[in-house]
Parts: sequence; structure tokens; C-alpha cells
Amino acid sequence: MAEMTYRDAVAHGIAQEMDRDPTVVLIGEDVGAAGGVFKATVGLFDRFGPDRVVDTPISEQAILGASMGAAMTGLRPIAEVMFSDFFAVCWDLVANEIAKTRYMTNGQVSLPLVIRSANGGGARFGAQHSQSVENWAMAVPGLKVVAPSTPRDVVGLLAAAVRDPDPVLFFEQKSLYPTKGDVPEGELVDELGVAAVRRHGGHATVVALAAMVPRALEAADHLAEEGVEVTVIDLRSLVPLDVTTVATSVRQTGHLVTVEENPRLCGWGAEVASIVAEECLFDLDGPIVRVTTPHVPLPAADALEDAAMPSVARIVEGVRRSLC
Amino acid sequence: MTELRDRSDAGGPTTGAVGGGAGLPAPAPLEVRIAVYKMMVEMRDFESRAYDLFMQGLVKGTSHLGLGQEAVAAGFAAAMRPSDYTFATYRGHNHTLARGASMTAMMAELMGRRAGLMAGKGGSMHLTSVPHRMMGSYAIVGAHLTIANGAAWSSKVRRTGDVTVCFFGDGTTNIGAFHEALNLAAVWKLPVVFVCENNRWMEYTPISSVTAVARPAADRAPAYGLDPVLVDGNDADATLATASAAIQRCRTGAGPVLVEAETYRHGGHSRADPGKYRPDEEVKAWLARDPIPRFRARLLESGVEEVVLQRIEEGSRVAVDAAVREAEASPPPDLSLVESDVWADGGSSWRR
Repeated sequence: MAEMTYRDAVAHGIAQEMDRDPTVVLIGEDVGAAGGVFKATVGLFDRFGPDRVVDTPISEQAILGASMGAAMTGLRPIAEVMFSDFFAVCWDLVANEIAKTRYMTNGQVSLPLVIRSANGGGARFGAQHSQSVENWAMAVPGLKVVAPSTPRDVVGLLAAAVRDPDPVLFFEQKSLYPTKGDVPEGELVDELGVAAVRRHGGHATVVALAAMVPRALEAADHLAEEGVEVTVIDLRSLVPLDVTTVATSVRQTGHLVTVEENPRLCGWGAEVASIVAEECLFDLDGPIVRVTTPHVPLPAADALEDAAMPSVARIVEGVRRSLC
Repeated sequence: MTELRDRSDAGGPTTGAVGGGAGLPAPAPLEVRIAVYKMMVEMRDFESRAYDLFMQGLVKGTSHLGLGQEAVAAGFAAAMRPSDYTFATYRGHNHTLARGASMTAMMAELMGRRAGLMAGKGGSMHLTSVPHRMMGSYAIVGAHLTIANGAAWSSKVRRTGDVTVCFFGDGTTNIGAFHEALNLAAVWKLPVVFVCENNRWMEYTPISSVTAVARPAADRAPAYGLDPVLVDGNDADATLATASAAIQRCRTGAGPVLVEAETYRHGGHSRADPGKYRPDEEVKAWLARDPIPRFRARLLESGVEEVVLQRIEEGSRVAVDAAVREAEASPPPDLSLVESDVWADGGSSWRR
């Protein structure tokens, strides 16, 4: 067991897969010699060389196109889109090409590739470098969508994503990069689509993702002080979505709160809420509550950004509302 | 005809003496040229019949025909080896036929039948036949140039020696992905041949009226450190020679080649377009340069017997008739296909 940062876990997880499989390659802007703008790929260039860790121009379409063409012809690329906001300049490759090609060709083409991206707010970067776009990805058939909350999960889920035969969008929440956690020694591989119950409590079910998981756990501590015990579920992936774990918990607690960093409309919590409403309505003893960033672009100033993103206090308040 | 030249003498594009003149490479062996003729005739017959079937309502949706542009598809396909990769656009019937895909499967795909090349899930704009290394027809302008780079990159990393050939229209040269792809291919010295089929019309608009340079692809080549290469796309001997040189250059690791083939589509942009916006004289002039009769005459001059060509033409008609008959006999796709093959496990489930 070694303690490492979320940031170092990214390089650790990539190295585990590149060591294992010579067809795994890493491609992106500044991922090589510079070690990544978030220093999440430090050491890989020296270790695996310029043929397998490849720096690119600022050309997101070219990066994702090259990854797709390589994936369909025998490589397993890990592509980096530096900030998830930049998906907007290469969304054609993601939504029209990578997501649809297996289906349109009746299964002739396989695309085993991972697109990593730094997602989310908290760094005071302003509206074009802070978005949480996991709900964009979730809306496109043909994409798997993963967002780890701990260093351990970065390694295990990244390994699962690289070994998956389908395209996976892997969202690294940038406010988590400096956080630390234990990562077991030896090879670590998780399964996509399996949520983790991070805390058990009988009064309400709080479902969160990525950076909202530690925040939900903090809110759970506060609630416990006032005698409210909540279950906190870390979804870990949106596609596949672990409905079983969520529904099982809601059937026990009768209350559901989602904590989403994405803006309000069509956030992933809306899908979770709709499934629970459709399948667990008679188990519910209160309103489903969604705690989200309001439907606004994220502002830059620390006071404004903090006010926009779901805070511990808003999560606590959301749980209280669900218990009404 | 244009020859690939060294960087040292790169200037403007070589327009060359089209279809003949001094300094041309020796024509390809006669059997190769006859095979090219056969491909062109089959493309013409296949697409002409597909058009008729549209008019009868048997082919649904839309279709973008390459009638008149056959010499580009045939010339390049004849210069490729079986393991080389093809990437094409929604105007991709000819390129798919050229790599050897079944006419029946293609016609059935156009008609939305079970026997379709993709069982009816892709349609006319997405013809793909991976066993023939025809890696797809792409319907969003520009994207597939970047994807072709990926196949070429993969070939380079895996040291297979395979070359990727990527076809696109003149309109593509004005979208960002074209420029991203050209730059990356040049920087990484990828074994990819980019072939612009310049048919002079960007959908309904003359390409010249929306492009800053006269030759939309060739004039951009120097910006990426590439030689401008221009070829008469209605001359099968010229396209074959240019393709052979370009592919050979790629195979030796010299990096990408950008070719602009000047050609003309006989019809409109798509099924819904009669192409009436084009000046009559222009259409007439290009019909007079129809690549098929022109190549036929040259083969006869080269000593091929009339009966050989007649046999090819008759064989093509028979093959297209059979393809139409077999496609029509195929039932609609099984409805279970709606939810199949989103994922590699064959299904479409997003929850557990």
C-alpha cells in the first residue's frame, strides 16, 4: 500500500497498462517531455519513449482522429484532451465518429480507446476551463463515461477503461489532482459500471460523482452530528450506470439526493432521479432532491465559484429537504 | 500528367500535359490497365442503376454519386496492395467497389436490406468493408482525414509498411480538420496519401468562389511542406501513375502526399439535386472528357481487342443485374439490430 496523489495515480495507472500491453500509446498536447500541464503524465516519456508517448500540436480534432484511426487498426490509444471544455472543438470526432462507428458498421469496427480529460471547477479558471461536461458525454449513445474520486480508483478504473473494447471518456476532476489516498501494491483493475458505497446510513441515499464524493462525505459527517445518517454512493461511472446499487439503497432509505457538479439542466442526476421515480416510486418517503451547480457558466472569482458549485452546506440543506 | 517531384524543384503545381506528352512514365502493364477499365465500367453501371432505383423509390434516403469521377477511384485502388487502407467520404460507392466489396451487399445496403454490407445500419453514406481494408465512408466533412492519419500512424508504429489513402472533395479543403490533419501528417511523416477529388462544385457553390486559392488542395500543400501535385482525374493512366508514385513514396517512409485530382461529377451533389446551377457549356465540356470512353479509346489504341472490352462491359451489366436481383430478394433487416452493436458485447445496455 502506497499513499499517492490523484495526479500521480494517473501516471501510475497509465504506466501499469503501458508496461502490460505494447499496443497502448499515449497522445496529447504536452503529455510527453513536459509531463502534462497538470503534471499527471510525469515520467512516462522517459520511461516509454517518444514512439509511445507522443506530443501533438494544439489540434484536438487531429488528436482524437489519430486515436480513432489507430484504435481501429490495432493500437489502444490513451488520448488526452487537456481541459474537458476543449471537447467542444472536437465533439464531431467524439459524438459523430468514435461513438457511432461500431453501430453504423454493424460491428465491423472496434474502437478500444480512452480519452482522458481534466474536468470541473474549483481552480478559479473561469467559464472556459472549469466546466463539468460529463453529462454531455452521457447523452451520446456509444460512449462509456468514467469519473474517479480517489487515487485508487484512478488506477483501477483507468486500467478497466484501457482494457475495455469500447471508447471510454475518462474524466479526471482537476480539483482532485492534489488529493492523496492509498493505492494497493501490484496490478489493480476495476470493473466499469460498479458504484462504491463510501458510507452507510439509513436515513437517506446521497449519490455523488468525482469531486462531489468527498464533499458529500463531509456533508454526511455534519449530518451525523445532528443524528442524520446517510449512505453515500460514489457512482464512479455514468455509463454503464450502476442502477442496482442506487435502487437497492433508495429502497432501504426512502430518500434520494444527487450531488452534481454539472449545471442543472439534463445533469446526470436528472437521469438517476427519473429512473428512481420510475422504478422505486413507492419506496420513496420524500421528494428527490438534486444539488447541482446552477444553470450558469462558472464564474472566475473564488467567492463566486464557491457560491456556484455544490457546497457542503448546500448538500446538508439538500438532504434536509429530501427528508421533509 | 503530374509526376511527384523532389522538394528542390517545388514551385507551383505541375499541371503537365494532360493525357500525354513528353516525360511521362511508361504506362502500366496492359493487364493492370484492363483491370482499371473493368473497375470503372462496374462503378458506372452500379451507380447508374442505383440512381434508377432511387427514382423508383427502391433506394431510400440520400445518395451521392461519383458518376464521372471513376478514374480517381480506380486508378488509386489499382495502385494499392490489399493490406493498404482506404478512407472515403459519403461519395464513397466507387471507392468501396474498388477495394472489392460485394456489389450485392452494397446494393442491399442502399436498399436497406438484411443482406446489406452493414445489414442496413449505415446506409449509402457510410459504406465500410473492413475485410477489404475499406475503413469507412465518413459523412461529416473533414473528420476522416484525421482518422486516416490514425491508421497511418498505427501502420508506422506497428511497422507493417501499409499505406493509407484518404479521398475527399474540394469542399473539405476549407474546413479546419483538413488543416489539422495535413499538419500532423507532415510533422509525423505519416504514410498517408490525401487525394482531393476536385469536382469544382462544393455542393451547390463553385469551389472557386469560396476558396482563397485557385487550386484548393494543391495550392495549400506548400503550407505543410508538401509538394503540390495536380493530376487529370479523368485520365485513368494519369491517376494510376500518380497513385503508384505517391503510394511508393509513402511506403519508403518519405511522409505524406497530397494529390489534387481535377474531375467532374456528372450529376448533382446528391439525390435531391439535379445540378441545374451549373453552366450548360461547362457540363458539356466535361462530359466530352468522360473518363470511361476516353480510356476505352486509349486501350484500343494500345492494342486491346474490342471483344475484350465488350466482354468486360457485358460482364458488368450481368453482375449489376444480379446484384439488384439479389438485393431486392433480401428481406428487411431483423428488428433486433436496432439495439445491437453499440458495444463490443453486441448489445446496447447502459445500466446494470
